Amino acid sequence: MLGRTAHSLFWMFRYLERAENTARLLEAALRMALTRDLVTAEAEWRSVIATLGLQRAYEALHDGYDGVSVWNFVLRGPSNPGNVRQMFGAVRSNARTARINISGDVWEAVNENWMKLDALLVRPVGQMAVGEVLTAIRRAGTQVHGAFDGSMLRDEGYHFSRAGTFIERADSTARILDMKYFLLLPSLSYVGSSLDTGQWEQVLRSVAGARVYSWLNAGQIEARGIVEFVVLDDRFPRSLAFCRNALRDNLAALARMHGVEGRSNVLMRDADTRISHLCVDQIFEAGLHEFLIDFLNRNAAIAQAVAQDYRFHT
Amino acid sequence: MRGSMSAGSSNFDEMFDGSGQTRPAYDEYCRWYNEQPAEFLKRKNREADDSFRRTGITFNVYGEDAAEERLIPFDMVPRIITANEWRKVSRGIEQRVRALNSFLYDLYHRQEIVRAGRLPERLLRKNDAWLANMVGFTPPGGIYTHIVGIDLVRTGPDEFFVLEDNARTPSGVSYMLENRETMMGMFPDLFSRIAVESVSNYPRRLARSLAACVPPAFTGGKPTVAVLTPGIYNSAYFEHAFLADQMGAELVEGSDLRVVGGRVQMRTTLGYKPIDVLYRRVDDDYLDPLTFNPDSALGVPGIMDVYRAGGITIANAPGTGVADDKAIYSFMPEIVEFYTGEKPLLPNVQTWRCADKDSLAYVLDNLAELVVKEVHGSGGYGMLIGPTSSKREIAAFREKLVAKPDNYIAQPTLALSTCPIYTAKGLAPRHLDLRPFVLVSPDGIDITPGGLTRVALKKGSLVVNSSQGGGTKDTWVLKD
Repeated sequence: MLGRTAHSLFWMFRYLERAENTARLLEAALRMALTRDLVTAEAEWRSVIATLGLQRAYEALHDGYDGVSVWNFVLRGPSNPGNVRQMFGAVRSNARTARINISGDVWEAVNENWMKLDALLVRPVGQMAVGEVLTAIRRAGTQVHGAFDGSMLRDEGYHFSRAGTFIERADSTARILDMKYFLLLPSLSYVGSSLDTGQWEQVLRSVAGARVYSWLNAGQIEARGIVEFVVLDDRFPRSLAFCRNALRDNLAALARMHGVEGRSNVLMRDADTRISHLCVDQIFEAGLHEFLIDFLNRNAAIAQAVAQDYRFHT
Repeated sequence: MRGSMSAGSSNFDEMFDGSGQTRPAYDEYCRWYNEQPAEFLKRKNREADDSFRRTGITFNVYGEDAAEERLIPFDMVPRIITANEWRKVSRGIEQRVRALNSFLYDLYHRQEIVRAGRLPERLLRKNDAWLANMVGFTPPGGIYTHIVGIDLVRTGPDEFFVLEDNARTPSGVSYMLENRETMMGMFPDLFSRIAVESVSNYPRRLARSLAACVPPAFTGGKPTVAVLTPGIYNSAYFEHAFLADQMGAELVEGSDLRVVGGRVQMRTTLGYKPIDVLYRRVDDDYLDPLTFNPDSALGVPGIMDVYRAGGITIANAPGTGVADDKAIYSFMPEIVEFYTGEKPLLPNVQTWRCADKDSLAYVLDNLAELVVKEVHGSGGYGMLIGPTSSKREIAAFREKLVAKPDNYIAQPTLALSTCPIYTAKGLAPRHLDLRPFVLVSPDGIDITPGGLTRVALKKGSLVVNSSQGGGTKDTWVLKD
C-alpha cells in the first residue's frame, strides 16, 4: 500500500472519530444546560470550548458562552477550521483519496452521510434542530464503522484505519477527563453533593458511558469508580485501557504484515508497561492530571511514530 | 409512443424511421417501454440520479470551486446499435487506429509521409503537442496509443463519420461501465429480454493490454501497473480511481513517485517499489518538470530519462497528442491510405483548413452555415456553430478567424442523428454522438462493443460535451 494511502485511511478514521466525540460532548453539555441554572450552563458551554482547545478562536468572535453560539461555532463556524462540517469534509476527501483501498460499502456510507450532514450544516443550527444534527453525526460514525466491520479486507489498510480510530478515541477520552479532573479528585466536602454527582454524570455522558456505568454500579456515582471505569475498565470501548489494547493489537498486526517492528511498536510497549498494572489508587496518588498528560503525550508520540514507520510522508 | 417522435424532422433518428415506425434495433425495447406504467418510469428516472450521487460518480468542473462536484446527467433510454452496424464500425475503427499508431511511429522516426509529400512539414513544426524528446525513440512494443477514443457521429442508416480522434488521454470509459451497471440494476428484466454485448470486462482487458507492454527493465513476475492521477480535485478523478480499483492497480500521484536506481518507484508503507507500466492521466506538459513545465507538481522529475532508457512504459506515450490536432485530422484519409494501403472504411467529416487561402475565402463566405473549430481546441470550447449563432457572434468570430487563420478548421454543420431521451413530457429526440474505446497492445487491437454515448439535453443543441450540459446514455451493441 502507498504511504500516502495509509495516511489517508489513518486520518479518515481519526476525523470520523473526532466528529463523533465532538457530537457526544455537545450532547452532554446540552443536557446539562437544560437541567441547570444559567451560571452552570454557561460554565458548561465554556468547558466544551476549552476541552476542544478553541477558546481563542471562539472569544475573538463572541463575548459570552451560550448554547446556540457554542454549538454553531463547533459544528460549522467558518472561523473554526476544525468545525464538524469540515471534519466530515476531511473524512470524505480522505476516503476519496483512499477510494481503491476501502470497500464500496464504506465509501457509500461515507458519501451518503457527508451529503446529509453537509446539507444539515449549511445553515445555522437552531434550538429545535440541534438534537437531530447531533444524532445524525453519531449515526454517521455508526454506519461507517458498521460497513467497515462487515466489508473490509483485514489487510494493512484495515489496521491503519483502526489505529487512527483508537488513537483519536483515547485522545478524546483523556482530554474530557482532564478537563474535569478537579471534579473527580476525592474530596470529602464534595462527596454526596448533588451538583457534584451531576458533573460526574456529565463526564460519563461525554464518553457515552453513563448508562452502562450506572448499570454496573447499581446507580452509585462516585469519583473513584468513574476514574476506574473510564481509565482502566478494558470492557468499556471508550476507556483508555480498551483503546490501548486495541491499538497494541493493530500495531502488532502491522509489524507482522511488514515483517519488521518499528519505533511505534517500541513506544507502544513502553506505554503499555506504564498502564497495564496500575490500580486507581495509584493514579490518584501520583495525580490524575499528571497521569493524563503523560498518557496524551505518549499517545501523540505513537501516532507520530506510525506516520514515520510507514512512510506517510516523503 | 409511435409517431410522437421525429416524423417530419430532417435528422436521422436512431429509434424511429421517417414515418414514425420503430426501427428493428429498437423493436423489443419499445415493446418493453410501452408495457411500463408511466409512474414506474418516472420513479426510476429519479432513482438513477440518486444512485449516481450516492456512489459518487461525479466530475469537477474546471474553473469553479474546487469542492464543486457535478453529476453528468444520465438518460435511461439506451442507444442501440445492431451487430451488423457494429461490425462495420469496428472494422473502420481498427483500420484507423492501426494507421494512427504507424503514423506516430513514422512522425518520430523517418517521417516518410512528409518525404512522400503527403503531409506538409509545417503541421508538425506548428503542433504544440509535438515532442522533440520522442524523436528516434521507440516505446516498448512499438505502441504509442494504448487507449484511444474515436468520436463518431451518425447522419444516416449507413453513414458514420469520425468527428475526432482522441489519442492523448481519452476519458469517459467509467461512464460506459457505470451506465450499464445502473441500467442493469434498474431494469434487470430488459436484459433478460434483449441480448446485449457485455462491456464489463473492459478493465480486465485494459489491465491485460497494459501488462503486455512491459518495458525492457521489467524483471519478471507480475508487472506492476499504476494509474497516475493529478489528484482528487481533477475533473476525472472518479474515473482514475474507478479504473485503478477495477484493474487491481495502484492509484498514484506525482508526490508518491521518485526516480530511484534508474526506475520510477512509488513510496509504499514498505519502502520504494518500481513501477513497470504507468497509465498516466496527466498531460505531457506536467509529466516531468525536468523536461517540460518546470512548475509542475503533478509529475515525476526525471521520468522521461527513465522512459527513454527503457525503465518504464508510459501509456499513452508522450507526444501522441500530435494526432489529436484538428489540422492533422483533416489529413486522416491520406494518413490511413498511406500506412494501410487501403481506402478508409470510416470517412472523415469534410474539413476546410483555414490555413489555405481558398478554403479560408470559402469559410468566410459561409460562416453562417459552418462549424468552425480551433485546431488545438477540445471540450466543445472555442468553436462557432454558424446556424445557431447570432450575427454579432459570427462577426466577432470572423475577426478571430481572419487574425489567425492557421488556428482554425471548418466543417459543414452535420445533420447529427437523434435518439429520444426520457423527459417529464415523454420521449423527446436529442442529438448524440458515440465514443467507442479501443485498446492497443503488441497482441492486437481490442475494441469493446459499446462505448460512451453523449447526448445534448437541450432541444436542437448540437453540443454534447458534459462540461457544457450534455448527458450520457447506456450504449447497447446487440448480439447476433
